[in-house]
Amino acid sequence: MAERVPTVPITIDGVEMEATAGETVLQCARRHGVDIPSLCFLEGLSPVGGCRLCVVEVAEDLRLRPACATTVTSDMEVTTQSSRLRSYRRSILELLFAEGNHVCAVCVSNGACELQDVAVRCGMDHVRYELQAPRRRVDASHPRYVFDPNRCILCTRCVRVCDEIEGAHVWDVAHRGHGAELVTDLHRPWGESTSCTWCGKCVASCPTGALSHQGSSVGEMRHTPDMIAWLVAARRREWTEREARR
Amino acid sequence: MAAPIDLHEVAEREREEQFRTPLRVHVCHSTSCATAGSGAVLQAARDLAEGDLASSVAVSPTGCMGLCSAGPLLRVVERGGGQHDYHHVTGAAAERIVRHHADRGAAVPEHRLDTALPFFARQHRVVLANAGEIDPDRIESYVAHGGYAALERALTSMTPEDVLDQVRRSRLRGRGGAGYPTANKWALLAAAPGPVKYVVANGDEGDPGAYMDRTIMEDDPHRVLEGIALAAYATGARHAYIYVRAEYPRAVERLDRAIKVARRNRLLGRRILDTDVDLDIEIRIGAGAFVCGEETALLASIEGRRGTPRLRPPYPTERGLFGAPTMINNVETLANIAPIVANGGDWFASIGTPGSTGTKVFALAGDLVNTGLIEVPMGTTLRDIVEDIGGGMTEGHTFKAAQTGGPSGGCIPARYLDTPVDYDSLRALGSIMGSGGLIVMDDRTRMPDVARFFMEFSKDESCGACAPCRAGTVQMHHLLTTISSGRGRRRDLRDLEHLCAVVRDTSLCGLGQTAPNPVLSTLQYFRDEYEALIAPAEGGHG
Ligand SMILES: Cc1cc2nc3c(=O)[nH]c(=O)nc-3n(C[C@H](O)[C@H](O)[C@H](O)COP(=O)(O)O)c2cc1C
Ligand code: FES
Repeated sequence: MAERVPTVPITIDGVEMEATAGETVLQCARRHGVDIPSLCFLEGLSPVGGCRLCVVEVAEDLRLRPACATTVTSDMEVTTQSSRLRSYRRSILELLFAEGNHVCAVCVSNGACELQDVAVRCGMDHVRYELQAPRRRVDASHPRYVFDPNRCILCTRCVRVCDEIEGAHVWDVAHRGHGAELVTDLHRPWGESTSCTWCGKCVASCPTGALSHQGSSVGEMRHTPDMIAWLVAARRREWTEREARR
Repeated sequence: MAAPIDLHEVAEREREEQFRTPLRVHVCHSTSCATAGSGAVLQAARDLAEGDLASSVAVSPTGCMGLCSAGPLLRVVERGGGQHDYHHVTGAAAERIVRHHADRGAAVPEHRLDTALPFFARQHRVVLANAGEIDPDRIESYVAHGGYAALERALTSMTPEDVLDQVRRSRLRGRGGAGYPTANKWALLAAAPGPVKYVVANGDEGDPGAYMDRTIMEDDPHRVLEGIALAAYATGARHAYIYVRAEYPRAVERLDRAIKVARRNRLLGRRILDTDVDLDIEIRIGAGAFVCGEETALLASIEGRRGTPRLRPPYPTERGLFGAPTMINNVETLANIAPIVANGGDWFASIGTPGSTGTKVFALAGDLVNTGLIEVPMGTTLRDIVEDIGGGMTEGHTFKAAQTGGPSGGCIPARYLDTPVDYDSLRALGSIMGSGGLIVMDDRTRMPDVARFFMEFSKDESCGACAPCRAGTVQMHHLLTTISSGRGRRRDLRDLEHLCAVVRDTSLCGLGQTAPNPVLSTLQYFRDEYEALIAPAEGGHG
């Protein structure tokens, strides 16, 4: 018999619902079919609250809160859609588009890109800001994968999945601010990495065309980020069963 | 284990030593005066004291005397208590001045500094009480000025709760910028489950132009240690860190020496002063990133990780350094603790205003006659600081704005000169107290340029972890550059204001949340300057 998990009542966009104690606002909203845009969040990894797309208003709280990293509390009143939030989300997306080279028409992930999807869903149809047009060097030294930093939005899913799930910690962020970039090992070409296990979880998790399989052509790349949550769940189940057998 | 220091005896001996010669010469050897050449002054004075004036003159280097713009500074103290200060002193001048005092018992008119000047008279020194008086490298000098008496009293006759209670009564608020009540933070750490807890002194001081904390650490290192020791005693922590930026090598060196000397004298380490209290303090050197002053980034940096802020909650008092409950206090906050414990919280609360008690140290800079390091009671008006202490604007110019809080703060225009400088009044004007940077600008300053300067700083110091701050500061800086150069269009101004709101409201940490402040406050008070820069075809004024 499944254990009864304690629940707490919360209100999201005026609708009362039961939240599972300990879950985040984002998880609760998604279970109830409420769409909160997100990019850096990936089920199965620890949240970092970096992209800020999921920010919501919480009653009596002056600050906006990232839904992906805010735990539900009893009688919490959350607003996920307001004209202010919608306008902020569009601006953040425009900032991301202006920061990299997100030219969908020539991208391996065209048509299957989380950044593209979120932009469409949030109604971002043009970019008001100066395009930064970076010229970062593509790393195609790995026999199986390619990293194009010009398409990277620094969500750090790859960093976390490699560290937390694979346990290899190949990826990390170097430098800061507008100079921040992802590096493999001690800033050596990926293909020379001695810690990379070729597991491909970083590629699977990537929300854009920044990480792809060698040889993918325009629009061919399919990421499988949901795999991470399955993996975590499967490991957890295996543990519980093993524990039960002991 | 060596016997602990006998504070009383050391103080007595030191005071006797001070009366050995009829004259004592203090040479300000703080960083600013050292840069201006106080080394030669010190040498000249020492040559006399070791030569023919050995019986009548003793020389001591001291910390910052305050009027940095007039350095090197020299002070002659007579046994009878008389005191004479000199400015812009050179080695040759020092020799003349000291000889004159020794031979004739009278002051020299040249280089003479009038200590009745409002610059000195209007100040109230609590944190900087010892600066200009003690030799930072000698613990005896600190002890002779009452140093470590508060710690001794606390350990021998007060409970941790008594110490906390004095801090509570003082109503001291954090000097690191946000002004959070210090006692509340201490109470949280005291209530946190032990046994492992940490106290961290934040000496990162990243605001451009600010040097309050550096001066405190360099010129009175034992005061910082005593403050930390009292904080640790009150909260049950047995381990503390001081986080200092690598750009402050003198502060690191002096603190390091002070820690060693304090350990040797059983003021730190195991069984302090033969009580059953233990405390160790370690120095951690940061690499100079502004964001590492943010408390969670600072903790990551101490742990040896990348200095990036993380989400709060959990707050450091719940989960801090190495996962243990941790309290972060600014260096100036901690420098107030020994006087509070020595004189009582009520004494401290009687200084300043009810909502902002005590004093505040400012690095007064800009287009003023006098600039330097000042300490004033909270609630002193900006006008008093600018006109009395600062001596007014430089010849032929008028006041335009005062900038407080550095890249996180705002500009205050002339019509608010009578505002008292306290946490709440400054916030009401769209600025913040900040850590103590105070830049006064005259009528030649173009405010959009000021905003652009600070935005460039924030853009370069953003850690890059959250999108709005990382990419938003770049765009705001770009828009400010366009507008400043006169190529801006009305749309740019609109986009700029919108981005200010986005970055302020959605950024992860205080850096991004406050980075728009210099733009917002200059737009609030000097909007016409922005409008005038908008290209005329676009419907600007100019
Ligand atoms: C970007 C940023 C930089 C900061 N830099 C400093 C600093 O250099 N020194 C400091 O004491 N506090 C700094 N703070 C504030 C700290 O996070 C923290 O609030 C403070 O050290 C707490 O000490 P207090 O309560 O004594 O003020 C900074 C905060 C932010 C957001
Ligand atoms: S999904 Fe919550 S901040 Fe990115």
